[in-house]
Amino acid sequence: MSTNVAQFQEAAARVTADTRQRQFIRTALGNYEIARDKRKAAFQSWESARQAAALTKWEAVNHLDTHLEELVAKLEARGTKVHWASNGTQAREIILGIVAAKQAKSIIKSKAMTSEEIHLNEALEKAGFEVVESDLGEFIVQLRGEAPYHIVFPSMHLTRGQIRELFARELGSTSSDSPEELTMVARRVMRHKYITADIGFTGGNFAIAETGMISITENEGNARLTAALPKTMVTLIGIEKVLPKLADLALFLPMLATAGAGQPLTCYNTMYGGPRQPGEADGPEEWHVVLLDNLRTELLADAEQRDALHCIRCGACLNVCPIFRNVGGHTYGTTYSGPVGSVITPHLRGLQDWKHLSNASSLCGACTEACPVKIDLHHHLLHNRRNAATEKPAFLERMGYKIFGIIANDPLFWSLAKKFGWLTQPLQKLVMGTALDPARAWTKTRDLPPLARQSFKDWWKHRP
Amino acid sequence: MTVTLFVPCFVDALFPRAGISMVQILERLGHRVVCPAEVACCGQPPFNSGYWDEARPIARKVLQQLKDAEAVVIGSGSCGAMVKKFYPELFAGQPEAELATQIANRTWEFSEFLVRKLGVTDLGAHFPAKVTFHDGCHGLRELGIKQSPRALLGRVRGLELIEMKEAETCCGFGGTFAAKFPSISTAMGEVKCNSALETEAEYIVSNDSSCLMHIQGLLSRQGKPLKTLHLAEVLNHA
Amino acid sequence: MNEREKILTRIREALKVPAPSPGTHAPASHLPVPGVPGLPSLRVPAPTTAAPVEARRWLPKVGPGFPEQLALFAQNAADLKATFQIFANWTELNAALVQLRDAENWQRVASHQSELSSQACAALQRPVCWTDKGYDVLALESCDVGVTECDALIAQTGSVLVTSRSAGGRALSVLPPHHVVIARREQLVADLPAAFALLQQKYAPEFPSMMGFITGPSRTGDIERILVLGAHGPKKLTIFCV
Ligand code: SF4
Repeated sequence: MSTNVAQFQEAAARVTADTRQRQFIRTALGNYEIARDKRKAAFQSWESARQAAALTKWEAVNHLDTHLEELVAKLEARGTKVHWASNGTQAREIILGIVAAKQAKSIIKSKAMTSEEIHLNEALEKAGFEVVESDLGEFIVQLRGEAPYHIVFPSMHLTRGQIRELFARELGSTSSDSPEELTMVARRVMRHKYITADIGFTGGNFAIAETGMISITENEGNARLTAALPKTMVTLIGIEKVLPKLADLALFLPMLATAGAGQPLTCYNTMYGGPRQPGEADGPEEWHVVLLDNLRTELLADAEQRDALHCIRCGACLNVCPIFRNVGGHTYGTTYSGPVGSVITPHLRGLQDWKHLSNASSLCGACTEACPVKIDLHHHLLHNRRNAATEKPAFLERMGYKIFGIIANDPLFWSLAKKFGWLTQPLQKLVMGTALDPARAWTKTRDLPPLARQSFKDWWKHRP
Repeated sequence: MTVTLFVPCFVDALFPRAGISMVQILERLGHRVVCPAEVACCGQPPFNSGYWDEARPIARKVLQQLKDAEAVVIGSGSCGAMVKKFYPELFAGQPEAELATQIANRTWEFSEFLVRKLGVTDLGAHFPAKVTFHDGCHGLRELGIKQSPRALLGRVRGLELIEMKEAETCCGFGGTFAAKFPSISTAMGEVKCNSALETEAEYIVSNDSSCLMHIQGLLSRQGKPLKTLHLAEVLNHA
Repeated sequence: MNEREKILTRIREALKVPAPSPGTHAPASHLPVPGVPGLPSLRVPAPTTAAPVEARRWLPKVGPGFPEQLALFAQNAADLKATFQIFANWTELNAALVQLRDAENWQRVASHQSELSSQACAALQRPVCWTDKGYDVLALESCDVGVTECDALIAQTGSVLVTSRSAGGRALSVLPPHHVVIARREQLVADLPAAFALLQQKYAPEFPSMMGFITGPSRTGDIERILVLGAHGPKKLTIFCV
């Protein structure tokens, strides 16, 4: 067993044993579902909107080269500096280079999963820069030295009490545990940071080829401020984020808000087309856009799973996933958790090392049903399982299935197997649920149904 | 009509009464039922574990046995999804590709066959009890089965159907998943059992015995009185 | 080969194999059982193209006339916890502004030079931090309110569309704790597709460097998913329309 799977199993066992935590997550996501269903119902046709969004993304991803070239040409025409990074190391070097050239001291960041993906904060801090996450949830997990729990709701696993203690310890705040007061503590800390930061760092939700823009979706206004006040702005975005037309956002913005958080529209949806332009009041003097591949082209090369690049990181698949709900975000040990993380992580970080995430699914399909861009998520889990078993079959498992096939395909063997099972069943009862029980994985928590004395096939054969 | 009934392996070995009920219902409706002796399993365990090469011989046997069937009825949403939805994918690019698609088109899950193919909802059943219905995910999401079982239960005399909360959430069985990741599977099952218990129903009914095996296993371990029952057994209850 | 070329080459290589059309594996539709009441059918007319013009057919419905759209905007604004008022004339609007000023004790106002916002500032009679030609960030931060114009109000979502050109830059509409938008009633548009059409028509190809939809006051749910207003941006959003 690889260490990853052992860690996953261990973490899963720990979290699932914590009924209080599971209930806490379930309540939060239950409320999300109510809001989401209300917003979905407001659409004239949510299903058609999904289909249209899937078609648009399909077009964008399947002509990625031309869209990217158009995007970059348009961005550069307005004075934006575009950088291409094949992998995380290059992206970090580019960003560190910019920060160093500006002799920056502090960097204010708005939420970006791509920066988690390339471990940017660690790199910047190691190089001696101060990095502050400005999104409240990200700020909280940053203070705790943790990874985000969820790609959209980074701190949803924490109670207000835990956050109050954290703020008291780290910020010396004397706030009560009202969410309102705690938010204001963060607001005050952050105000100062915006004003003094040399660099504003953001991610991006969509890149518009037609007009050369990056669209950022957020609720708090932190990205708006990050893109307004510091003199230099740096944006890191995956190459797959392209949409062909500006007007495509008319569909994607409300769908992202609905699927992601059950909102009609996220509070701030902002499209940036360049650094401060002549005649404008403010904005950064320089804007650097870093386009990140980091094995996205590998996923692109897998035509069967190419639609995984349609992902708009809305988090809907996490929210509805019964696995995610019961094991929580940190158990995955990945940047992208939940169903979409289980699908893409094997492509980004190695199939054999991360295939267990594809196995850790009941294939219920709730994710696929929830996905606003119709990614075939749960079938891709199946495809990952197939690819993993084909590439490197587990000897015993494969033999087991071969033997099972021989037995199942032969009526005599099949009936003998049932007889054998029926005869040995009383022995199994003696060790039920103990370490000696060969079916312990099942029987530790569940009873086994008895094998029927007369199977269906026996009944059929002997019926008058 | 001659109906070829495909009784899944675990129904055969563990829940024969569900299979027997299906035979009796179909015969009461005036159809000839045949059960191919040679097919035991649809091949889903190796298929879902990624061992498609090992699944193919099993599935191939099924295709051969069902080749001439007029209509195939499967007493499980999960195995139904395997034949209807995944056989064409499993045999894509193989000599059996076309046969797989043909058979997929002639295959029905039991409740869907009754309601959509035969147009029957009232089977004259009598079952005076409070029940809640569990939708197996494969039936629900791969095959879109939601209404047929409810249409059938709605005509059972004396039966009161109470929908549970989060009715469409997976019970956590998931085939080999249940044994490979028992802690997660159990946690999911607990959520499902609690939803069912909240309804104060006496029975959890489903068109998928595999989910019920998992749910029943949890309930009886916890000493809960709630019982599980296959849809066919309810419909066959006079 | 530089990284740009390398990445583009990898993309072109990858795209040599075509991908299956989108949504082909989607779950079967839940057909209704004839004659049996139950859940509504999930089967819907599928879009044939991904053209953005079609979006209007799927998005939340908006009535055709001004009164309906105004009512919808007002309803959405209320749901978002924004304040929206429409006035018959400038006198009434100015009076409401002054009332707000006194209620919240505004000492310093931030704004930009344009017809509507300048007029509003004149009525407020407070020192104004103008952002147009650059400004001191600390001065802007210490203002009690930011008064701006906008490009459009969107009935469908209750949003205000602003750009760095129409609303005095990037920070004015988001740094002060209260954002007051002064708009004309003609600026109300039906829906998001109309808003994007307006942006194209008004600005293309020289778009402002920032264009954005503001949908209610700044908010967060990051603590126990409980809604708190004024996370980083304004705690209050007031939209006055004349
Ligand atoms: S896979 Fe789909 S549902 Fe999941 S985060 Fe991406 S877009 Fe959202």
